[in-house]
Amino acid sequence: MKSCEYQQIDPRALSAPTPTSTLRFAGEPAPGSRRKWEVFPGKNRFYCDGRIIVARQCGVLPLTLGLILLTSGLFFMFDCPFLVTHLTVCIPVIAGLLFFFVVLSLLHTSFTDPGILPRAFPDEAADVERQIDSCGSHTYRPPPRTKEIVINDQVVKLKYCFTCKMFRPPRTSHCSLCDNCVERFDHHCPWVGNCVGKRNYRFFYTFIVSLSFLTSFIFGCVITHLTLRAQGGKGLVSALQQSPLVVCFFSIWSILGLSGFHTYLVASNLTTNEDIKGSWSGKRGAEDSGNPYSYNSIVTNCCVVLCGPMPPSLIDRRGFLPPEDVPPTASTETALPPFMDKNDGNMCSEGTKELFENVDQSPLFQSQCSPGALKTAPATPDLTVSTLLSPARRPPPSSTCSGGQAHHPAATPCPQRGTLRASNTAFRLDGSTYLSALGDAPEPSYIPLH
Amino acid sequence: MTIYIVNIFLFLFKSIDEYRNENPNPVFFLNSLLQTHSLQDLRQQAAIASKVFVQRDYTSGTICKFQTKFPTELETRIDKQQFEETIQTLNNLYAEAEKLGGKSYLEGCLACLTAYTIFLCMETHYEKVLKNIAKYIQEQNEKVYAPLGLLLTDPIERGLRVVEITIFEDRSIGSR
Repeated sequence: MKSCEYQQIDPRALSAPTPTSTLRFAGEPAPGSRRKWEVFPGKNRFYCDGRIIVARQCGVLPLTLGLILLTSGLFFMFDCPFLVTHLTVCIPVIAGLLFFFVVLSLLHTSFTDPGILPRAFPDEAADVERQIDSCGSHTYRPPPRTKEIVINDQVVKLKYCFTCKMFRPPRTSHCSLCDNCVERFDHHCPWVGNCVGKRNYRFFYTFIVSLSFLTSFIFGCVITHLTLRAQGGKGLVSALQQSPLVVCFFSIWSILGLSGFHTYLVASNLTTNEDIKGSWSGKRGAEDSGNPYSYNSIVTNCCVVLCGPMPPSLIDRRGFLPPEDVPPTASTETALPPFMDKNDGNMCSEGTKELFENVDQSPLFQSQCSPGALKTAPATPDLTVSTLLSPARRPPPSSTCSGGQAHHPAATPCPQRGTLRASNTAFRLDGSTYLSALGDAPEPSYIPLH
Repeated sequence: MTIYIVNIFLFLFKSIDEYRNENPNPVFFLNSLLQTHSLQDLRQQAAIASKVFVQRDYTSGTICKFQTKFPTELETRIDKQQFEETIQTLNNLYAEAEKLGGKSYLEGCLACLTAYTIFLCMETHYEKVLKNIAKYIQEQNEKVYAPLGLLLTDPIERGLRVVEITIFEDRSIGSR
């Protein structure tokens, strides 16, 4: 992994953002103003003007849908007529209901925000960093990445997310495929093409349970059909060819297994992530490390997980961005690179090398070369940003940062993370910083955070 | 087939939009609507001195609860008890939104039985409480915080991570 520098965010570099992060005016958006989903920094795709959210890699969702439709279609076409005449008309009705449930819950799982946490605003992130620094000594090391808290007499470690610039709440995990922190992260499901988290776990569970009922039902009906035909003696082979038997047979075991596994998780209020990592399974030996989130009752756990209150989406996909007519503040804004293009590669300067790498977007990173200045003189006017801005539009090599004032010399290898995908723009920036960012061409001169 | 299904959803959403007279998001939109002129004037005229962030308190688990510890930066501006009362009321409101009880279970079961289509038509209990929270914050800003040169930001605009308190320059006192 490339070693990148951890750069502090310089709060002095923060422009004076407006307190409002949404519309200033009552009701009507300015003409041409964009919705927040258009500048969302994670790897997601949006449809229907932000109402539908899926992961950028939709995985095998079309295959899932296709298999379900094919199997059910074959069943309705070839097995139902026979079974209706020989048995009862309830069979296609029940199958139809189950099919309806399966498809709707699948679409809900795929198209719902799983509980994505929006990334921290720059001033908030700077405040967190300030707190971290004030706790530790001012020595040459990157800020600590964990914070311990006690929940129900269990020590829980909160990790700092370098992408989202915040300490992750408990049970939150950063999905590298979607590049988002997701609350109560269960897993990223390629079959569904989305993460499974706090907000869509109940849809996912409904999907796999109803799918296991559907496949079992179709399997049973098809076996019945074939048995009845075999008794008749004729047409067995053609019936076999037309039935969805094979698909059902192979899928039923895995679906049933998955349903059983998730029923166990629901009953013990665990996530797949926690179960796989063994967070609460007592791997620390004799020490009692039970799940602090469990209500110690299967019924309560099930009710809470499946029927609890539906939390709102925190990312406000369809909100409007602040209007663009606010004049940018002087020094910091002009210096800051705008983040226009979603797929822009951003530069990572490492040592004396400058590499293009995807990096998190905040224009404040520009000013990170002089964290020392911040520490010693809180009232420092800005910046260092101006020194960073050169006409050549290249960031100074990080070695220069270590010269002089930096408290955290640039050569510090930062804790690695995978490369971040570029994302757009100033989704989490306040109004004025964003506005200036919009105007300029993309500038590949960011100092990477990590 | 997928396109057909998506089109159906699109049509449904549009008609539901008209039915609900929908705004981008009821809670976020309400925040913008509730900005009164006095607060807007405060923002436009006063310069921001600093911001204080009240972090989440996770000792009770993952429920939404903010720390009631009084930040030192606000010592000169506001009464400790008033601040704690505001945060405690916010915590109580969030607890009510996330309360597990008959009503929330009923809502959940009903949603499950309708294959969650009911979420398209109905506002959830949580969203209703979020609107109350937005109104409460607005009211607190108008009555208590704006006169002291402070401004609370609704936590929902910060992803329920922090309560952001903006401290404006105190021009009445003069020196800074």
